[in-house]
Amino acid sequence: MSAQPSRSIQFDDQGNLRHFLTIDALPAETLVQILDTAESFIDFGLREIRKMPLLRGKTVVNLFFEPSTRTRTTFEIAAKRLSADVINMSATRMSTTKGESILDTVRTLEAMHTDLFVVRDHASGTPHLIADHLPSHVRVINAGDGRHAHPTQAMLDMFTIRQKKDDFSRLRVAIVGDILHSRVARSQIHALSILGAREIRVIGPRTLIPTDIQSMGVNATTDMTDGLDDIDVIIMLRIQRERMDGQLIPSEQEFFNRYGLTEEKLRFARPDAIVMHPGPINRGLEIASSVADSSRSVILNQVTNGIAVRMSIMARIMGGSGR
Amino acid sequence: MRTALDIDAAIERMVSYIRTENIPEPLLIGIHTGGVLVAEVLHRKTGITEPLGTLDISFYRDDFGRVGLNPQVRASHLPVSVEDRNIFLVDDVLYTGRTIRAALNEIFSYGRPARVILGVLVKRTGRELPIQPDFTGMELELAPDQQARITIEASSLAINIAEIPG
Repeated sequence: MSAQPSRSIQFDDQGNLRHFLTIDALPAETLVQILDTAESFIDFGLREIRKMPLLRGKTVVNLFFEPSTRTRTTFEIAAKRLSADVINMSATRMSTTKGESILDTVRTLEAMHTDLFVVRDHASGTPHLIADHLPSHVRVINAGDGRHAHPTQAMLDMFTIRQKKDDFSRLRVAIVGDILHSRVARSQIHALSILGAREIRVIGPRTLIPTDIQSMGVNATTDMTDGLDDIDVIIMLRIQRERMDGQLIPSEQEFFNRYGLTEEKLRFARPDAIVMHPGPINRGLEIASSVADSSRSVILNQVTNGIAVRMSIMARIMGGSGR
Repeated sequence: MRTALDIDAAIERMVSYIRTENIPEPLLIGIHTGGVLVAEVLHRKTGITEPLGTLDISFYRDDFGRVGLNPQVRASHLPVSVEDRNIFLVDDVLYTGRTIRAALNEIFSYGRPARVILGVLVKRTGRELPIQPDFTGMELELAPDQQARITIEASSLAINIAEIPG
């Protein structure tokens, strides 16, 4: 199974975006179009009738091989606001016959005239694999694959940053915590660099920072005091307890002491710095409650924006999909 | 091709219709992009007090499945509730009628207006839906391969008529 970023599979012959699998190698113009389109969905939740007919008659299958609440829910709300029919499949799959059983599942659902698959899997590359084996009118969105990518999360984060901070070229952004296991961080780094952020820094224990991170144009540090200096946007990552092998952090308490975002550590950043977190948050592990609930935190804005951004991505890739 | 069409007279006709109708507290809504240009002029000249509303009907078009989304989508902006209000809906050119169908659907997603009155600067030939304007600036007979577009030139409205390359 390949996790290679493949720009070609994401676009059709006319250069229209057809799948949304990874941000890597997407042109800035495409990202800006997605953010701009999402802008027009922001007030949509305030209308009398919160439904528009764009995907009327289309079937969206949320195919989640890995548990998720908020991502699946916001995808479901987004698709329903666009008038699509939504089917949620929370499946577990046999590890022995992996690839085969996924494609069999997908082909079965495709035979029921699914128009869009929203896929999450613990293996990197599954959404690519599925996109590669479907007829051209069927679309795929990556809702998180292994350690590889979580592109819609990164786009809603970019949307939230733009909403609060405007111009990427002036921004220094710090991503803190478990960079190594984080598909969110990987997608955020791609998006920030394509959108021209002034500086991207990652902060975390040496054991949780990929050794090749500098090749992505990122500065790395193990120290929060240096790391947060002059920072405009702090993105805290979730410590993925279920992915820890036990060797990577000494203890949760020590992790919190060194890297947990507290009001004291927040003072190292710029006074108007915002605090983000893709959720769900571990209070007292990577972030103190007083920070998560403070006026500097935009964590709940991220959730709300997730609906508009996912509507935007669906609207962008589903255009011209009539058979 | 540039034509010596009298836009000022066309606008005056529309202004005079809105004034004559004498509707209490009407809302004026323009459809992006050309319709907003026309609506801005009408809003100024008629002295309608409620702020101008704008609609981008991209999400309500009937050709999304064929051609997809316009690269630039603007947010619709209706600053005042449409519920039980009288609305002047304004577009630049009425051609097939599909834009107006989409605009009506979008307006109704905001609420139930008392009345919608349709005004267009140019009423041209080529209707594909049973939609007709209530008031019109001018009428043009154009062939299917001709396109009329409203632009702003030297801060006044202009009509450009171009052949669509077939």
